[in-house]
Amino acid sequence: MMISTILNRNRIEKIASVVFALIVWQASAMLIGESLLLVTPIAVVKRLFSLFTEADFFTSIGYSFLRIVAGFLIGLVAGSLMAAIAGKFHLAEIMFWPFIATIKSVPVASFIILCLIWLSMGTLSSFISFLMVLPIIYSNVLQGIKSTDKKLLEMAEVFRVGLFRRIVFIYMPQLKPYLISACSVAMGLAWKSGIAAEVIGVSNGSIGEKLYEAKIYYTTADLFAWTVVIVVLSIGFEKLFLYVIKKFYARLERL
Amino acid sequence: MDIVISDLSKSYGEKIVLEGFSAIIPEKKMTFIMGPSGCGKTTLINILMGLVDKDNGTITGVPARKSAVFQEDRLCESFNAVSNVRLVCDNKVKNQEIILNLEKIGLNDHMLKPVIELSGGMRRRVALVRAIMAGSDIIFMDEPFKGLDEKTKEKTMQYVADNIGNKTVLIVTHDIDEANFLGGKIIEMEHSGSVTYYNYNSSID
Repeated sequence: MMISTILNRNRIEKIASVVFALIVWQASAMLIGESLLLVTPIAVVKRLFSLFTEADFFTSIGYSFLRIVAGFLIGLVAGSLMAAIAGKFHLAEIMFWPFIATIKSVPVASFIILCLIWLSMGTLSSFISFLMVLPIIYSNVLQGIKSTDKKLLEMAEVFRVGLFRRIVFIYMPQLKPYLISACSVAMGLAWKSGIAAEVIGVSNGSIGEKLYEAKIYYTTADLFAWTVVIVVLSIGFEKLFLYVIKKFYARLERL
Repeated sequence: MDIVISDLSKSYGEKIVLEGFSAIIPEKKMTFIMGPSGCGKTTLINILMGLVDKDNGTITGVPARKSAVFQEDRLCESFNAVSNVRLVCDNKVKNQEIILNLEKIGLNDHMLKPVIELSGGMRRRVALVRAIMAGSDIIFMDEPFKGLDEKTKEKTMQYVADNIGNKTVLIVTHDIDEANFLGGKIIEMEHSGSVTYYNYNSSID
Protein backbone atom coordinates (compact mmCIF):
# COMPACT_ATOMS: atom_id res chain seq x y z
CA MET A 1 0.00 0.00 0.00
CA MET A 2 2.74 2.42 1.03
CA ILE A 3 4.96 1.42 -1.88
CA SER A 4 2.14 1.97 -4.38
CA THR A 5 1.48 5.40 -2.87
CA ILE A 6 5.14 6.33 -3.24
CA LEU A 7 5.15 5.05 -6.85
CA ASN A 8 2.04 7.08 -7.64
CA ARG A 9 3.58 10.15 -6.11
CA ASN A 10 6.78 9.64 -8.13
CA ARG A 11 4.74 9.31 -11.30
CA ILE A 12 2.75 12.45 -10.54
CA GLU A 13 5.96 14.36 -9.79
CA LYS A 14 7.50 13.22 -13.07
CA ILE A 15 4.43 14.18 -15.09
CA ALA A 16 4.35 17.56 -13.35
CA SER A 17 8.03 18.15 -14.16
CA VAL A 18 7.45 17.29 -17.84
CA VAL A 19 4.45 19.63 -18.00
CA PHE A 20 6.56 22.35 -16.40
CA ALA A 21 9.38 21.80 -18.93
CA LEU A 22 6.88 22.01 -21.80
CA ILE A 23 5.48 25.27 -20.41
CA VAL A 24 9.02 26.71 -20.15
CA TRP A 25 9.72 25.58 -23.72
CA GLN A 26 6.45 27.09 -25.04
CA ALA A 27 7.02 30.37 -23.15
CA SER A 28 10.65 30.61 -24.35
CA ALA A 29 9.65 29.98 -27.96
CA MET A 30 6.90 32.60 -27.73
CA LEU A 31 9.31 35.06 -26.14
CA ILE A 32 11.93 34.55 -28.86
CA GLY A 33 9.17 34.73 -31.44
CA GLU A 34 11.24 33.17 -34.20
CA SER A 35 10.37 29.59 -35.14
CA LEU A 36 13.67 29.21 -36.97
CA LEU A 37 15.54 29.52 -33.68
CA LEU A 38 13.11 27.77 -31.37
CA VAL A 39 9.89 26.18 -32.48
CA THR A 40 6.99 25.81 -30.03
CA PRO A 41 6.02 22.35 -28.74
CA ILE A 42 2.57 22.79 -30.23
CA ALA A 43 4.11 23.34 -33.68
CA VAL A 44 6.22 20.21 -33.19
CA VAL A 45 3.15 18.13 -32.35
CA LYS A 46 1.35 19.49 -35.42
CA ARG A 47 4.34 18.67 -37.62
CA LEU A 48 4.51 15.22 -36.07
CA PHE A 49 0.92 14.51 -37.06
CA SER A 50 1.51 15.77 -40.56
CA LEU A 51 4.59 13.50 -40.79
CA PHE A 52 2.38 10.46 -40.25
CA THR A 53 0.56 11.17 -43.49
CA GLU A 54 3.70 11.53 -45.58
CA ALA A 55 4.41 8.63 -47.89
CA ASP A 56 8.00 8.00 -46.88
CA PHE A 57 7.52 8.40 -43.09
CA PHE A 58 7.28 4.71 -42.32
CA THR A 59 9.81 3.67 -44.97
CA SER A 60 12.38 6.04 -43.39
CA ILE A 61 11.62 4.58 -39.97
CA GLY A 62 11.86 1.04 -41.33
CA TYR A 63 15.17 1.80 -43.06
CA SER A 64 16.85 3.22 -39.95
CA PHE A 65 15.20 0.81 -37.50
CA LEU A 66 16.29 -2.33 -39.32
CA ARG A 67 19.88 -1.18 -39.75
CA ILE A 68 20.39 0.17 -36.26
CA VAL A 69 18.72 -2.80 -34.58
CA ALA A 70 20.75 -5.20 -36.75
CA GLY A 71 23.94 -3.37 -35.69
CA PHE A 72 22.88 -3.60 -32.06
CA LEU A 73 22.06 -7.32 -32.24
CA ILE A 74 25.31 -8.17 -34.04
CA GLY A 75 27.19 -6.13 -31.41
CA LEU A 76 25.34 -7.99 -28.66
CA VAL A 77 26.21 -11.41 -30.05
CA ALA A 78 29.81 -10.52 -30.98
CA GLY A 79 30.46 -8.72 -27.67
CA SER A 80 29.07 -11.66 -25.68
CA LEU A 81 31.12 -14.19 -27.66
CA MET A 82 34.29 -12.13 -27.29
CA ALA A 83 33.64 -11.81 -23.54
CA ALA A 84 33.13 -15.57 -23.26
CA ILE A 85 36.45 -16.19 -25.03
CA ALA A 86 38.24 -13.53 -22.95
CA GLY A 87 36.73 -14.98 -19.78
CA LYS A 88 38.12 -18.39 -20.66
CA PHE A 89 41.50 -17.34 -22.05
CA HIS A 90 43.36 -14.50 -20.39
CA LEU A 91 45.55 -14.14 -23.48
CA ALA A 92 42.47 -13.36 -25.57
CA GLU A 93 41.48 -10.64 -23.09
CA ILE A 94 44.93 -9.06 -23.50
CA MET A 95 44.72 -9.33 -27.29
CA PHE A 96 41.23 -7.77 -27.39
CA TRP A 97 42.21 -4.90 -25.12
CA PRO A 98 43.76 -2.52 -27.72
CA PHE A 99 40.75 -2.91 -30.03
CA ILE A 100 38.21 -2.35 -27.28
CA ALA A 101 40.18 0.59 -25.83
CA THR A 102 40.45 2.19 -29.30
CA ILE A 103 36.74 1.83 -30.04
CA LYS A 104 35.90 3.26 -26.63
CA SER A 105 38.13 6.32 -26.89
CA VAL A 106 37.95 7.34 -30.58
CA PRO A 107 35.15 9.88 -31.25
CA VAL A 108 32.23 8.35 -33.13
CA ALA A 109 32.48 11.07 -35.83
CA SER A 110 35.99 9.89 -36.71
CA PHE A 111 34.74 6.35 -37.17
CA ILE A 112 31.82 7.56 -39.28
CA ILE A 113 34.07 9.51 -41.65
CA LEU A 114 36.50 6.60 -41.88
CA CYS A 115 33.66 4.18 -42.55
CA LEU A 116 32.29 6.47 -45.27
CA ILE A 117 35.42 5.54 -47.19
CA TRP A 118 35.21 1.82 -46.35
CA LEU A 119 31.52 1.00 -46.47
CA SER A 120 28.38 1.53 -48.51
CA MET A 121 25.69 3.90 -47.23
CA GLY A 122 23.38 0.96 -46.56
CA THR A 123 25.69 -0.66 -44.04
CA LEU A 124 27.17 2.49 -42.48
CA SER A 125 24.65 2.98 -39.66
CA SER A 126 24.63 -0.76 -38.86
CA PHE A 127 28.39 -0.85 -38.60
CA ILE A 128 28.61 2.29 -36.46
CA SER A 129 25.88 1.03 -34.10
CA PHE A 130 27.70 -2.30 -33.91
CA LEU A 131 30.98 -0.55 -33.07
CA MET A 132 29.41 1.49 -30.27
CA VAL A 133 27.56 -1.49 -28.79
CA LEU A 134 30.47 -3.94 -28.92
CA PRO A 135 32.72 -2.55 -26.14
CA ILE A 136 29.82 -1.96 -23.75
CA ILE A 137 28.49 -5.49 -24.10
CA TYR A 138 32.00 -6.95 -24.04
CA SER A 139 33.07 -5.11 -20.87
CA ASN A 140 29.86 -5.81 -18.96
CA VAL A 141 29.54 -9.46 -19.92
CA LEU A 142 33.23 -10.05 -19.18
CA GLN A 143 32.81 -8.43 -15.77
CA GLY A 144 29.78 -10.67 -15.19
CA ILE A 145 31.71 -13.78 -16.18
CA LYS A 146 34.60 -12.83 -13.90
CA SER A 147 32.30 -12.27 -10.96
CA THR A 148 30.59 -15.65 -11.39
CA ASP A 149 30.38 -17.44 -8.05
CA LYS A 150 33.56 -19.55 -7.82
CA LYS A 151 31.90 -21.93 -5.38
CA LEU A 152 29.19 -22.76 -7.90
CA LEU A 153 31.83 -23.38 -10.54
CA GLU A 154 33.62 -25.72 -8.13
CA MET A 155 30.34 -27.52 -7.55
CA ALA A 156 29.93 -27.94 -11.32
CA GLU A 157 33.53 -29.20 -11.51
CA VAL A 158 32.97 -31.87 -8.83
CA PHE A 159 29.68 -33.04 -10.38
CA ARG A 160 31.23 -32.87 -13.88
CA VAL A 161 28.39 -30.69 -15.18
CA GLY A 162 28.61 -30.18 -18.97
CA LEU A 163 29.30 -26.80 -20.60
CA PHE A 164 25.73 -26.25 -21.84
CA ARG A 165 24.24 -26.82 -18.39
CA ARG A 166 26.93 -24.63 -16.80
CA ILE A 167 25.98 -21.81 -19.17
CA VAL A 168 22.24 -22.18 -18.54
CA PHE A 169 22.30 -22.80 -14.77
CA ILE A 170 25.36 -20.89 -13.59
CA TYR A 171 26.59 -18.27 -16.06
CA MET A 172 23.29 -16.99 -17.48
CA PRO A 173 21.68 -16.18 -14.10
CA GLN A 174 24.89 -14.49 -12.93
CA LEU A 175 25.04 -12.43 -16.13
CA LYS A 176 21.45 -11.21 -15.91
CA PRO A 177 22.07 -7.82 -14.20
CA TYR A 178 25.18 -7.16 -16.29
CA LEU A 179 23.38 -8.00 -19.52
CA ILE A 180 20.32 -5.89 -18.71
CA SER A 181 22.33 -2.80 -17.77
CA ALA A 182 24.66 -3.23 -20.78
CA CYS A 183 21.76 -3.62 -23.22
CA SER A 184 20.00 -0.61 -21.74
CA VAL A 185 23.04 1.65 -22.20
CA ALA A 186 24.13 0.13 -25.52
CA MET A 187 20.71 0.48 -27.11
CA GLY A 188 20.53 4.24 -26.50
CA LEU A 189 24.03 4.61 -27.89
CA ALA A 190 23.23 2.47 -30.93
CA TRP A 191 20.41 4.84 -31.87
CA LYS A 192 22.40 8.02 -31.26
CA SER A 193 25.46 6.85 -33.17
CA GLY A 194 23.46 5.16 -35.93
CA ILE A 195 21.45 8.29 -36.64
CA ALA A 196 24.62 10.41 -36.49
CA ALA A 197 26.15 8.11 -39.12
CA GLU A 198 23.09 8.53 -41.33
CA VAL A 199 23.24 12.33 -41.00
CA ILE A 200 26.95 12.55 -41.82
CA GLY A 201 26.70 9.95 -44.57
CA VAL A 202 23.33 11.32 -45.79
CA SER A 203 21.98 7.80 -46.19
CA ASN A 204 19.18 7.81 -48.77
CA GLY A 205 15.72 7.11 -47.32
CA SER A 206 16.85 7.15 -43.69
CA ILE A 207 15.77 9.19 -40.66
CA GLY A 208 19.26 10.70 -40.74
CA GLU A 209 18.58 12.05 -44.21
CA LYS A 210 15.43 13.75 -42.88
CA LEU A 211 17.48 15.42 -40.16
CA TYR A 212 20.03 16.48 -42.76
CA GLU A 213 17.27 18.02 -44.88
CA ALA A 214 15.95 19.84 -41.82
CA LYS A 215 19.40 21.34 -41.41
CA ILE A 216 19.69 22.34 -45.09
CA TYR A 217 16.22 23.95 -45.24
CA TYR A 218 16.25 25.34 -41.69
CA THR A 219 12.98 23.54 -40.87
CA THR A 220 13.31 23.47 -37.10
CA ALA A 221 9.87 21.88 -36.63
CA ASP A 222 10.99 18.93 -38.79
CA LEU A 223 14.17 18.58 -36.78
CA PHE A 224 12.23 18.47 -33.49
CA ALA A 225 9.51 16.19 -34.86
CA TRP A 226 12.01 13.64 -36.20
CA THR A 227 13.94 13.85 -32.94
CA VAL A 228 10.77 12.94 -31.08
CA VAL A 229 10.32 9.99 -33.46
CA ILE A 230 13.90 8.81 -32.78
CA VAL A 231 13.47 9.09 -29.01
CA VAL A 232 10.17 7.17 -29.13
CA LEU A 233 11.71 4.45 -31.32
CA SER A 234 14.76 4.18 -29.08
CA ILE A 235 12.82 4.00 -25.81
CA GLY A 236 10.15 1.74 -27.32
CA PHE A 237 12.70 -0.75 -28.63
CA GLU A 238 14.64 -0.64 -25.37
CA LYS A 239 11.50 -1.43 -23.36
CA LEU A 240 10.50 -4.21 -25.75
CA PHE A 241 13.96 -5.77 -25.79
CA LEU A 242 14.36 -5.66 -22.01
CA TYR A 243 10.88 -7.19 -21.70
CA VAL A 244 11.97 -10.02 -24.00
CA ILE A 245 15.18 -10.57 -21.96
CA LYS A 246 13.22 -10.68 -18.70
CA LYS A 247 10.71 -13.11 -20.21
CA PHE A 248 13.60 -15.24 -21.46
CA TYR A 249 15.06 -15.37 -17.95
CA ALA A 250 11.68 -16.16 -16.39
CA ARG A 251 11.39 -19.08 -18.79
CA LEU A 252 14.96 -20.17 -18.17
CA GLU A 253 14.42 -20.25 -14.42
CA ARG A 254 11.40 -22.52 -14.85
CA LEU A 255 13.54 -25.16 -16.61
CA MET B 1 38.95 -50.02 -4.81
CA ASP B 2 39.67 -48.45 -1.43
CA ILE B 3 40.96 -44.91 -1.30
CA VAL B 4 44.49 -44.94 0.07
CA ILE B 5 45.94 -41.70 1.38
CA SER B 6 49.64 -41.74 2.27
CA ASP B 7 51.70 -39.07 3.95
CA LEU B 8 49.48 -36.22 2.84
CA SER B 9 50.58 -32.66 3.60
CA LYS B 10 48.99 -29.31 2.96
CA SER B 11 49.89 -25.82 4.13
CA TYR B 12 48.39 -22.42 3.46
CA GLY B 13 51.43 -20.15 3.67
CA GLU B 14 52.87 -20.58 7.14
CA LYS B 15 49.82 -22.44 8.42
CA ILE B 16 50.21 -26.22 8.29
CA VAL B 17 46.80 -27.83 7.93
CA LEU B 18 47.74 -31.44 7.21
CA GLU B 19 51.08 -33.12 7.78
CA GLY B 20 51.91 -36.79 7.28
CA PHE B 21 48.27 -37.72 7.10
CA SER B 22 47.55 -41.31 6.04
CA ALA B 23 44.26 -43.20 5.94
CA ILE B 24 42.29 -45.83 4.09
CA ILE B 25 38.73 -45.08 3.09
CA PRO B 26 36.96 -48.34 2.34
CA GLU B 27 35.09 -48.71 -0.92
CA LYS B 28 31.28 -48.78 -0.92
CA LYS B 29 31.08 -48.00 2.79
CA MET B 30 30.43 -44.98 4.94
CA THR B 31 33.37 -43.32 6.60
CA PHE B 32 33.05 -40.48 9.07
CA ILE B 33 35.73 -37.89 9.58
CA MET B 34 35.53 -36.30 12.99
CA GLY B 35 37.67 -33.84 14.86
CA PRO B 36 37.82 -30.32 16.25
CA SER B 37 37.29 -27.25 14.07
CA GLY B 38 40.36 -26.25 12.08
CA CYS B 39 42.00 -29.69 12.13
CA GLY B 40 41.82 -29.99 8.34
CA LYS B 41 38.68 -32.06 7.73
CA THR B 42 37.31 -29.82 5.00
CA THR B 43 40.77 -29.36 3.47
CA LEU B 44 41.10 -33.15 3.31
CA ILE B 45 37.85 -33.66 1.42
CA ASN B 46 38.58 -30.66 -0.82
CA ILE B 47 41.85 -32.36 -1.78
CA LEU B 48 40.03 -35.65 -2.39
CA MET B 49 37.43 -33.85 -4.52
CA GLY B 50 40.24 -32.28 -6.57
CA LEU B 51 39.37 -28.71 -5.57
CA VAL B 52 42.58 -28.07 -3.61
CA ASP B 53 46.08 -29.19 -4.59
CA LYS B 54 48.05 -31.21 -2.07
CA ASP B 55 51.62 -30.23 -1.22
CA ASN B 56 52.95 -33.75 -0.71
CA GLY B 57 51.77 -37.33 -0.40
CA THR B 58 49.88 -39.77 -2.57
CA ILE B 59 46.20 -40.51 -3.01
CA THR B 60 44.94 -43.47 -4.99
CA GLY B 61 41.55 -44.99 -5.71
CA VAL B 62 39.35 -41.87 -5.81
CA PRO B 63 36.54 -42.60 -8.29
CA ALA B 64 36.14 -40.19 -11.19
CA ARG B 65 32.38 -39.82 -10.77
CA LYS B 66 31.95 -37.70 -7.65
CA SER B 67 29.16 -35.84 -5.95
CA ALA B 68 29.13 -33.68 -2.86
CA VAL B 69 27.20 -31.88 -0.17
CA PHE B 70 29.39 -28.86 0.47
CA GLN B 71 29.65 -26.96 3.72
CA GLU B 72 27.62 -24.24 2.01
CA ASP B 73 24.70 -25.51 -0.05
CA ARG B 74 26.03 -24.21 -3.39
CA LEU B 75 22.66 -24.25 -5.11
CA CYS B 76 21.63 -22.30 -8.20
CA GLU B 77 19.56 -19.72 -6.35
CA SER B 78 17.07 -18.65 -9.00
CA PHE B 79 16.15 -22.22 -9.99
CA ASN B 80 13.76 -24.49 -8.14
CA ALA B 81 14.71 -27.68 -6.28
CA VAL B 82 13.83 -29.97 -9.18
CA SER B 83 16.01 -27.96 -11.57
CA ASN B 84 18.89 -27.94 -9.10
CA VAL B 85 18.80 -31.72 -8.92
CA ARG B 86 18.24 -32.02 -12.68
CA LEU B 87 21.46 -30.02 -13.24
CA VAL B 88 23.63 -32.91 -12.06
CA CYS B 89 21.51 -35.84 -13.21
CA ASP B 90 21.87 -37.94 -16.29
CA ASN B 91 19.29 -37.21 -19.02
CA LYS B 92 17.79 -40.65 -18.40
CA VAL B 93 16.65 -39.63 -14.90
CA LYS B 94 13.03 -38.58 -15.14
CA ASN B 95 11.65 -35.47 -13.40
CA GLN B 96 9.13 -37.72 -11.67
CA GLU B 97 11.98 -39.59 -10.00
CA ILE B 98 13.51 -36.32 -8.77
CA ILE B 99 10.13 -35.18 -7.43
CA LEU B 100 9.69 -38.50 -5.63
CA ASN B 101 13.06 -38.11 -3.91
CA LEU B 102 12.29 -34.54 -2.87
CA GLU B 103 8.97 -35.73 -1.48
CA LYS B 104 10.68 -38.48 0.50
CA ILE B 105 12.73 -35.85 2.25
CA GLY B 106 9.72 -33.65 3.04
CA LEU B 107 9.93 -30.95 0.38
CA ASN B 108 6.49 -31.67 -1.09
CA ASP B 109 5.15 -28.13 -1.23
CA HIS B 110 8.39 -26.33 -1.88
CA MET B 111 10.08 -28.05 -4.77
CA LEU B 112 8.84 -25.64 -7.44
CA LYS B 113 9.89 -22.44 -5.65
CA PRO B 114 13.25 -20.83 -6.44
CA VAL B 115 15.58 -22.27 -3.80
CA ILE B 116 16.49 -18.74 -2.67
CA GLU B 117 13.00 -18.64 -1.12
CA LEU B 118 13.52 -21.84 0.89
CA SER B 119 14.66 -22.04 4.50
CA GLY B 120 18.21 -23.11 5.39
CA GLY B 121 17.06 -26.61 6.35
CA MET B 122 15.14 -27.07 3.10
CA ARG B 123 18.09 -25.91 1.04
CA ARG B 124 20.31 -28.38 2.87
CA ARG B 125 17.96 -31.20 1.96
CA VAL B 126 17.91 -30.12 -1.71
CA ALA B 127 21.72 -30.24 -1.67
CA LEU B 128 21.53 -33.75 -0.18
CA VAL B 129 19.09 -35.05 -2.78
CA ARG B 130 21.27 -33.51 -5.49
CA ALA B 131 24.35 -35.35 -4.20
CA ILE B 132 22.52 -38.65 -3.89
CA MET B 133 20.77 -38.53 -7.27
CA ALA B 134 23.88 -37.54 -9.23
CA GLY B 135 25.32 -40.54 -11.00
CA SER B 136 28.42 -40.86 -8.82
CA ASP B 137 30.51 -43.58 -7.18
CA ILE B 138 31.56 -41.50 -4.20
CA ILE B 139 29.71 -38.86 -2.19
CA PHE B 140 31.54 -36.30 -0.09
CA MET B 141 29.41 -34.75 2.62
CA ASP B 142 30.64 -31.84 4.72
CA GLU B 143 28.36 -31.56 7.74
CA PRO B 144 25.35 -32.65 5.68
CA PHE B 145 22.77 -32.47 8.48
CA LYS B 146 23.82 -29.08 9.79
CA GLY B 147 20.90 -26.77 10.51
CA LEU B 148 18.21 -29.48 10.59
CA ASP B 149 15.96 -29.89 13.59
CA GLU B 150 16.05 -33.29 15.35
CA LYS B 151 12.97 -34.73 13.69
CA THR B 152 13.94 -33.61 10.18
CA LYS B 153 17.50 -34.74 10.79
CA GLU B 154 16.39 -38.25 11.59
CA LYS B 155 14.14 -38.39 8.55
CA THR B 156 16.95 -37.06 6.38
CA MET B 157 19.50 -39.52 7.77
CA GLN B 158 17.04 -42.33 7.06
CA TYR B 159 16.70 -41.04 3.50
CA VAL B 160 20.50 -41.11 3.13
CA ALA B 161 20.72 -44.61 4.60
CA ASP B 162 18.02 -45.87 2.23
CA ASN B 163 19.37 -44.27 -0.92
CA ILE B 164 23.16 -44.34 -0.99
CA GLY B 165 23.23 -47.83 -2.42
CA ASN B 166 26.72 -49.11 -3.10
CA LYS B 167 28.45 -45.78 -3.07
CA THR B 168 31.51 -44.84 -1.08
CA VAL B 169 30.44 -42.08 1.31
CA LEU B 170 32.73 -39.78 3.23
CA ILE B 171 31.01 -37.65 5.86
CA VAL B 172 32.61 -34.83 7.83
CA THR B 173 30.73 -34.36 11.07
CA HIS B 174 31.00 -33.20 14.69
CA ASP B 175 28.12 -35.37 15.79
CA ILE B 176 28.83 -38.96 16.85
CA ASP B 177 25.09 -39.70 16.76
CA GLU B 178 25.16 -39.39 12.99
CA ALA B 179 27.83 -42.09 12.82
CA ASN B 180 25.87 -44.23 15.28
CA PHE B 181 22.71 -43.87 13.21
CA LEU B 182 24.24 -44.50 9.80
CA GLY B 183 27.03 -46.90 10.79
CA GLY B 184 30.53 -47.04 9.35
CA LYS B 185 34.14 -46.33 10.09
CA ILE B 186 35.31 -43.27 11.95
CA ILE B 187 38.53 -41.45 11.26
CA GLU B 188 39.30 -39.12 14.09
CA MET B 189 41.55 -36.21 13.37
CA GLU B 190 43.30 -34.27 16.10
CA HIS B 191 45.32 -31.14 16.13
CA SER B 192 48.53 -31.22 18.10
CA GLY B 193 50.77 -28.28 17.43
CA SER B 194 51.26 -28.35 13.69
CA VAL B 195 50.68 -32.10 13.35
CA THR B 196 47.39 -33.77 12.51
CA TYR B 197 47.05 -37.36 13.72
CA TYR B 198 44.34 -39.76 12.90
CA ASN B 199 43.22 -43.11 14.12
CA TYR B 200 40.27 -45.38 13.64
CA ASN B 201 38.81 -45.24 17.07
CA SER B 202 35.71 -47.18 16.34
CA SER B 203 33.87 -49.12 13.77
CA ILE B 204 30.10 -49.16 13.83
CA ASP B 205 28.47 -51.56 11.40
